[in-house]
Amino acid sequence: MTRSATQDSKRSGSLSRRRFLSLVGLGGGAVAASRLARPVHSAGGADGPAAGASGSEDRVEQIPTFCDICFWKCGAIASVRNGRLWKVEGNPDDPLSRGRLCPRGTGGVGAHFDPDRLRRPLIRRRNRGEDEWVEVTWDEALTYIADRMKAIRVEHGPEAMALFSHGIGGTFLKHTMKAFGTPNLSAPSFAQCRGPRDVGFNLTFGEDVGSPERTDIRNTRCLVLLGSHLGENMHNTQVQEFAQAVGSGATVIVVDPRFSIAASKAKHYLPIRPGTDLALLLAWMQVLLSEDLYDHAYVEQYGFGFEAFAQSIARYTPEWAYPETGLEPELIRETAREMARHRPATLVHPGRHVTWYGDDAQRSRAVALLNALLGSWGRKGGFFQPAHLSIPAYPYPEYPHSERGKVDNPGRKYPFATETITNGIREATLTGQPYPVKGWFVYATNLLQALPNQEETLRAIQNLDLLVVVDVVPSEIAGWADVVLPESVYLERHDDLNVEWFREPFVALRQPVVKAPDDQKPNWWIARELARKLDLAQYYPWTDIEEYLRARIEKAGLSYDELQAKGILRGAPQPVYFADTGRSVEPGAVGSDPLVGLEANFPTPSGKIEFYSTQLAAAGFDPVPTYRAPEPVPNGWFRILFGRSPVHSFSRTQTNPILHELMPENVVWVNGDVAARLGLQGGQKVRLRNQDGVVSDPIAVRATQAIRGDCVYLVHGFGHTAKGLRRARGKGASDAGLLTRYVVDPLMGGTGMNVNFVTIEPEA
Amino acid sequence: MARFGMAIDTRRCVGCMDCVAACKTENDVPEGFNRDWITQELRGRFPTLSLEIRSERCNHCDDAPCVSCCPTGASHVHPFGQVVLVDHEACIGCKACVASCPYGARFIHPEGYADKCTFCIHRVREGQDPACVAVCPTHCMHFGDLDDPNSEISALLASRAHHAVLPEAGTRPRIFYLT
Repeated sequence: MTRSATQDSKRSGSLSRRRFLSLVGLGGGAVAASRLARPVHSAGGADGPAAGASGSEDRVEQIPTFCDICFWKCGAIASVRNGRLWKVEGNPDDPLSRGRLCPRGTGGVGAHFDPDRLRRPLIRRRNRGEDEWVEVTWDEALTYIADRMKAIRVEHGPEAMALFSHGIGGTFLKHTMKAFGTPNLSAPSFAQCRGPRDVGFNLTFGEDVGSPERTDIRNTRCLVLLGSHLGENMHNTQVQEFAQAVGSGATVIVVDPRFSIAASKAKHYLPIRPGTDLALLLAWMQVLLSEDLYDHAYVEQYGFGFEAFAQSIARYTPEWAYPETGLEPELIRETAREMARHRPATLVHPGRHVTWYGDDAQRSRAVALLNALLGSWGRKGGFFQPAHLSIPAYPYPEYPHSERGKVDNPGRKYPFATETITNGIREATLTGQPYPVKGWFVYATNLLQALPNQEETLRAIQNLDLLVVVDVVPSEIAGWADVVLPESVYLERHDDLNVEWFREPFVALRQPVVKAPDDQKPNWWIARELARKLDLAQYYPWTDIEEYLRARIEKAGLSYDELQAKGILRGAPQPVYFADTGRSVEPGAVGSDPLVGLEANFPTPSGKIEFYSTQLAAAGFDPVPTYRAPEPVPNGWFRILFGRSPVHSFSRTQTNPILHELMPENVVWVNGDVAARLGLQGGQKVRLRNQDGVVSDPIAVRATQAIRGDCVYLVHGFGHTAKGLRRARGKGASDAGLLTRYVVDPLMGGTGMNVNFVTIEPEA
Repeated sequence: MARFGMAIDTRRCVGCMDCVAACKTENDVPEGFNRDWITQELRGRFPTLSLEIRSERCNHCDDAPCVSCCPTGASHVHPFGQVVLVDHEACIGCKACVASCPYGARFIHPEGYADKCTFCIHRVREGQDPACVAVCPTHCMHFGDLDDPNSEISALLASRAHHAVLPEAGTRPRIFYLT
């Protein structure tokens, strides 16, 4: 029996939370008008009437908002007890949280109380990266930034400023940057995460899967996961629906080099050789074609270029795939048949973090094509077509036009990129081509952990005249900034409306629950004040964020007061499945199910599902995905793979006192037999050395049967080095530091990062 | 009279620790301590493996050694749902109960008394589920009256295979894991 680290850590520590709070003195009374206030009996301290309850009545205010510990934007209700933040729970009206937050959302309280938070604006005192600061006023900080930005504009043009941001909080900074005149607005969520998936699906169906994804997990009868580790990857709605599907007996097929939590729920677990997923996808499609198991009517009605596709796929038999993937041909056949048995309610999940090997857009396209063969796009249990409320944008003046265009993708080198490429901006900053980039504005993303090859990032930073970081904690990238601006956490601020595209239309409001404890400011205030300093005040005609929010909501014919009270306003259900769904899935359902009835629409060049892509052929790429084997793992080395924990978001939550306690450090998973051969014990500290000689911080070994012997695995986001991250610093190892190599996806510029190898060195 | 217990569906549980986080905020559990936790049991050899994930806590045993060993009567069975509780005022922090619990469910609170899961009796009295049950994103936890044959939990235990943890300790635990 193995007991998890959770169990091991359950009695650690000594300082009581109550005491800790009184020590740091973070008060922060409730600010918003009391809503749904009700008295409740004391929860802490006493166990019940017979256990000596105080009998005192606490005053609890409940204020709806939406979460920001990750980007999923779950509707939440925060409770403030006697003026002090107590807990955050799911908003039952919210289609995303469905009344239940994930552990990160539940632990969101800790973001407010985190003693490692940034408190006041900081200006660098010494060399970049030495992490030495002078506290300044907001006026001084913003004047400093505005002066540098103006100087950059005079010398290099406004496009020499670039923004890196993550999440809805970046909205107003994007607005200020556009007003300033730069089109270089990026987020690692594209080129370091979901970009290849969006591009692969766009090339096939003419639309991407969005975020939150349009995956109909709760209605699926067969869920196929490739590397997606739902349950560890804690996208709330997805995990809720995954559990619902498991509970209702849906077949789960999991493809992963690691026996993930999801794999433990699977009927079929396919322990694939890393990097060969495309071979498996092609073989699955070959089985569907050769055994005539695909959805003929769907393919005939909606497909383009099917003949050429079928011809190209024919050679990829399960026997061909066997030596590539290590998966028995019969297992490949059996799982393909299982998928066909449940179609169209079979969902081959598109994944989310899919920047693995540099051929990721083509692999994602193969996932899209497999779904097309199964007829699952637009069908119940497959992919729904998301609905949304129409909420007009605020009427701002027009932005200045940039003659030079974006800097990240000169000559459309990556012809199918649909968003700005972060690493393209980094490259331009390094080379000065196609034009120089001299200022970076970084919002809520720790670029040193998000982008591969830290050395390139640091060299690019040396070419900058200005690096500004806006964040809630002093991350590694903040350590390299010229100016650090402390943002209030989501429980202390408004943000833009979340006008969601999902199974049903709704809009959600984020509003303050408590006051920021120190001199932190909300991003909208920072963006507006900066615009004023840049003489761009005309782009902020509203005086207060609530004036902006109210104007948008009322223009849509909705009530802002009602939104404030409820946190969520839902629209009427709209059709989200194709009209033919009723005919092929549930005879008699047409007309009775308001979710069924959409006309199928594929905004591709052919207006159909592109089994053969003329766009790709014209650009010199494979019109149908073809397989190229990954670079083999050298003898004595291990491929380094990384993933998610359910209790942390990226590298941004490790100092949150509640989430830190749930998982204070990461461990490196090493196959138990391999560990025995190397003489490694579970719990032993080792360092990982990569092919370029980069050595990690010490990390404990988890010797386990739950992973293949040719790879090692660790959870992303640990191994912090920033001085200010006192609670997290020096705990665990950073995968990002070891990712010195990356392969750029030629279709869209994403960085494949599962191409690094390590050896394991016992720590003396 | 009610006799509260839990049935936890190990098929649905993903071990995300939301139950642990929710208990901490709901009950102001001090840093460094927790009243519930996750245990994972992995069996087999790669790739033929099975994993059981359990959300564990005080079992509110029918024959609770923590109650019978308590020298002051602080550890007691409350008539409401026969929940095992600790009277903070009467507890002298002697740790006899901590040592007697086969589940390691108890700890000494920094304020000096023995502490552990209360089944969130303050919530249950108001008609709510315990915080861990109410928060669970996988809906894997079911709380209710084991003595009511019509309760959801009784129906689940009647229809699904299940087991308790350490039944051999003989304390008659009231948390059951559906398999």
